[in-house]
Amino acid sequence: MKKLNLPLTSKEIKELRAGDSVLLSGVILTARDCAHKRIMEYLSAGKELPFELKGAYIYYAGPCPAKPGYASGSCGPTTSARMDSFAPALLDLGLGGMIGKGEMSAEVLEAVKRNKKIYFAAIGGAGALYAKAIKKSECIAFEDLLSEAVYRLEVEDFPAVVAFDSYGGSIYAKN
Amino acid sequence: MRKVDTKEIENKIYQMALDAGVTLTESCKKAMYEAVQNESGSAAKFALESLCQNFEFAEKEKLPVCQDTGMAVVMLEIGQEVFLEGKPLKDAVNEGVRRAYADGYFRKSVCDPITRKNTGDNTPAVIHTEIVKGDKICITFMPKGFGSENMSRVYMLKPAQGMEGIIDAIVETVKLAGSRPCPPVVAGVGIGGSFDTCTYLAKKALTRDIGTHNKRADVADIEKRALEKINALGIGCQGFHGDITALAVNCEWAPTHIAGLPVAINIQCHCMRCRKEVL
Repeated sequence: MKKLNLPLTSKEIKELRAGDSVLLSGVILTARDCAHKRIMEYLSAGKELPFELKGAYIYYAGPCPAKPGYASGSCGPTTSARMDSFAPALLDLGLGGMIGKGEMSAEVLEAVKRNKKIYFAAIGGAGALYAKAIKKSECIAFEDLLSEAVYRLEVEDFPAVVAFDSYGGSIYAKN
Repeated sequence: MRKVDTKEIENKIYQMALDAGVTLTESCKKAMYEAVQNESGSAAKFALESLCQNFEFAEKEKLPVCQDTGMAVVMLEIGQEVFLEGKPLKDAVNEGVRRAYADGYFRKSVCDPITRKNTGDNTPAVIHTEIVKGDKICITFMPKGFGSENMSRVYMLKPAQGMEGIIDAIVETVKLAGSRPCPPVVAGVGIGGSFDTCTYLAKKALTRDIGTHNKRADVADIEKRALEKINALGIGCQGFHGDITALAVNCEWAPTHIAGLPVAINIQCHCMRCRKEVL
C-alpha cells in the first residue's frame, strides 16, 4: 500500500489512479452538512474564513467525543453525496481534495479532473479504526456546531482508496 | 397487576445503549466473517476485512463501532397487566438515552429539522409502544444510523404487482442506494398495512437477527429471492464492486387494504447493534 504525506504534490496526484489503496499522513479538516452551509455563507458574504481553504483536505466526518486517553473518538466518513452541491465551488477556490464515502455526482468528478485534485474514499463504518489513526484533534471553527464543527486532525497511516482521480477516473464506474 | 418503576426501564435502556454503541450483534459478526470468505472482489474484500478489524477493535477498546451512534430507536412491548409508576415513561426512556450517550462518549446526532440546531444530548428517542398480554416488558433498543436511513423508500404498489413487484422494489432500493449507505446492507422490509404501519414493520424487521427467516414460507421466499438478486447487482462492500452487497433481507407483514400493497424498505448498514431484554 502506498504511503503518502498531505498535502500531495502535483506529481503524486498524477501517479494516483482510481482504485489505488493508500495510507495518508498529515493534516485534514472535518466538515459536513452544517459546516459546509456555514462556509458558503461566509464566502457569499465575502467574509474571511477562520481557516485556510486553499490546499486543505476536507474530511466529510463528524467525530464522537474523545474518550480519556484518546486523541479523537470514532471518526469514520459520512456520505459524501450530501456535499455534492458544495464540492465543485470549493475545488475551484483551491481546495486540495476531499475524503468521504460513496459516489459523488458527475459535476464533482468533473471538478476534480478540472482542478487536477483528488477524492479519496475512506472505509465507511470503520469509525473506531480511524480513531486509532488520528493522533491529534482540535476544534478550529464553528464550535457551536458540536460534532459538525471543523476539527483539525493530524492523522497517521489513515487508510483510504482513490475514488476519483485527476484524469476523471472513478472507482464506482461500471466496468 | 405487576408494579414496575419506570426507573428500572431507564436503567435497563442505559445499559443496553452503552453496550449497543460498541458491540455488533453476534449474528452480524458471523455474517461479516462469512462475507470476507465469500467475496471475490479484491478491493471489496479488503474493505470487509477492515470492517471486521474495526468491530473487533471497537469491542476491545469500548469505542463506538461507528461514529454515527444513531438516533435511539426504542420499542416497548408492555404487558397489559403491568402498572407503571414513577416518572413518565417517555422521560424515563429519554433519561436512559441521555445518560448513555454522555457516559459512552457517543456522538449526539439529533437536531431540529429546520434550524438544524443540535439538541445536545441525542434525545428525544424514537419510541414505539405496543400493549401486549402478560405482565412483562420487552425492550428493544436499536441505534439507527442515518447514512443508511436516508436510502430507505416507501412504495405504494398495485395489488396486481404482487410478489414480483415487492422483490423488484427491494432490489431497486438497494440499487439506487449504491455505494452511499456503506454496503453490505441489511434490508428491513414491511409488507402490507398502511402508509405508516409498513414503515414500522420495516424497522421492526431490522431488529431480527441475520440468518432468521419469516415464519411464512412465501414471505421467507421473498427474503431469499430478493437477497440473491441484490447480490447479483455487483455493488459490493463500499461500492468497490463485489459479490456481497447485502447480508440479509428481513421481511415482516401485516394485512392491508383490498386496493393497495404498501411496501417499505428500511436500509441498515452492516452495523447491526440491536439489543433485546425482558423486564
